[in-house]
Amino acid sequence: MTTTHAVRDTTTLLKRSLRHVLRSPDTIITTAITPIAMLLLFVYVFGSAIEVGDGRYVDYLLPGILLITIASGIAYTAFRLFTDVSSGIFERFQSMPIARSAVLWGHVLTSVVANLVSLVLVVLVALAMGFRTGAGVLAWLAVLGILVLFTLALTWLAVIPGLTATSLDGVSGFSYPLVFLPFISSAFVPTDGMPGPVRWFAEHQPVTPIVNTLRGLFAEQPVGDDGWVAVAWCVGLLVVAYALAVRTYRRKIS
Amino acid sequence: MTTSPAIEIAGLTKSYGDRVVLGGVDLRVPAGTVFALLGSNGAGKTTTVRILCTLLRPDGGTATVDGFDVATQPAQVRGAISLTGQFAAVDELLTGRENLVLVAELRHLPAPGRVADDLLTRFDLTDAAGRRVSTWSGGMRRRLDIAMSLIGEPPVLFLDEPTTGLDPQSRLEVWATVRELAGRGTTVLLTTQYLDEAEQLADRIAVLHQGRIIAEGTLAELRQLLPPATVEHVEKQPSLEDVFLAIVGGGQQEETQR
Repeated sequence: MTTTHAVRDTTTLLKRSLRHVLRSPDTIITTAITPIAMLLLFVYVFGSAIEVGDGRYVDYLLPGILLITIASGIAYTAFRLFTDVSSGIFERFQSMPIARSAVLWGHVLTSVVANLVSLVLVVLVALAMGFRTGAGVLAWLAVLGILVLFTLALTWLAVIPGLTATSLDGVSGFSYPLVFLPFISSAFVPTDGMPGPVRWFAEHQPVTPIVNTLRGLFAEQPVGDDGWVAVAWCVGLLVVAYALAVRTYRRKIS
Repeated sequence: MTTSPAIEIAGLTKSYGDRVVLGGVDLRVPAGTVFALLGSNGAGKTTTVRILCTLLRPDGGTATVDGFDVATQPAQVRGAISLTGQFAAVDELLTGRENLVLVAELRHLPAPGRVADDLLTRFDLTDAAGRRVSTWSGGMRRRLDIAMSLIGEPPVLFLDEPTTGLDPQSRLEVWATVRELAGRGTTVLLTTQYLDEAEQLADRIAVLHQGRIIAEGTLAELRQLLPPATVEHVEKQPSLEDVFLAIVGGGQQEETQR
């Protein structure tokens, strides 16, 4: 009864928020453009100086670029939520007899859809640049699953500044560190050549196992422990971010 | 008009740190009436409305809306009310019609499109219905805002400073809407800092000053608070403005107190 109510309200608000995305397609382009620029820059400028073994560098680079795409895309969730709060429509929803969770879920699911569209754009550019994979349906589904989990985790994190920020700058600032995290990981260069402490950090932060897993799936190689570590990181981040976001939301509305 | 009150508040308090916003507010709004909460900026009007709309928890006291307790039955309260806040809470990226359909869908009404079209006609917004609200004028947005609040015909309507920032023409349009609602039996609690607005629209008026109700009654009752004029060569009733300024003790007090 209350679940169907929540699903119905979430669907209504998802439709609304997707309309926003559709009417400002620049948000999807902006999300995709920085990762695409990095892809071009690293493949065609720095790539020749980077030693990653015998494969093509674009194959090596794409997984990390996909994570950067998500990290920059989720900033729009914070932005849209902040706009709702500051425009007063958030309060209108709160004063209406609708499921309390629907207001956030509408935005979170929109983020998943919008990020997937941006990811497709980035993958298309990579294909044009020579990215190739023999990955089968199952491997692609695994890639999709990990990317969606990662998107959900970061989106719930983005909900927090979206609800609490007092200015637009505060909203957009939080995602910069997330965009930079892949630089200190195996996303651009192998971690072997990094000096001790940097290497330790690179190998113990979430981006490296996630990137290695995606790379393994694309290359039809066994992913080994990286797969489990990657899923554990994604799920762990998701649980923590969700709990924090819900706590922030409860404080905000009571 | 029924005898049970649509809104009943007793001993309502709210503070932010040391700053007391509501210092024990008591209020009774009879069902089917237009009730004006009159006060200067910072008097506590919006805080009172936010508590009644379940957007804010009071520190103490009780409040019921349409018979439901705002603290223990917030979901039922939300089902019985609609809020038109101080700033038009409309979705600028959607068209006017889409805004109305959105609210109708969130209220689970059977024919959201028809509800939207009826309201567009009623509020004379049909011509602009297909345009994004970001291109609309302030008066049109406010009308849309109020139209959105009427969807589902909630028995109690809160209008928080509905005409602040509107041009005179739009203001008259909002007034006409409120009068129409009153004719249909909706209970309206409106806050305003404009004395003539309260005088024009309200059946009863409460003056909120520094977090307390310092006077309450019909316009005629409030007028009696002033001593009758001693020399009556010219018959001139004191305006509500006279009454207001007399009972709050001068207009500038609020400013100097910060």
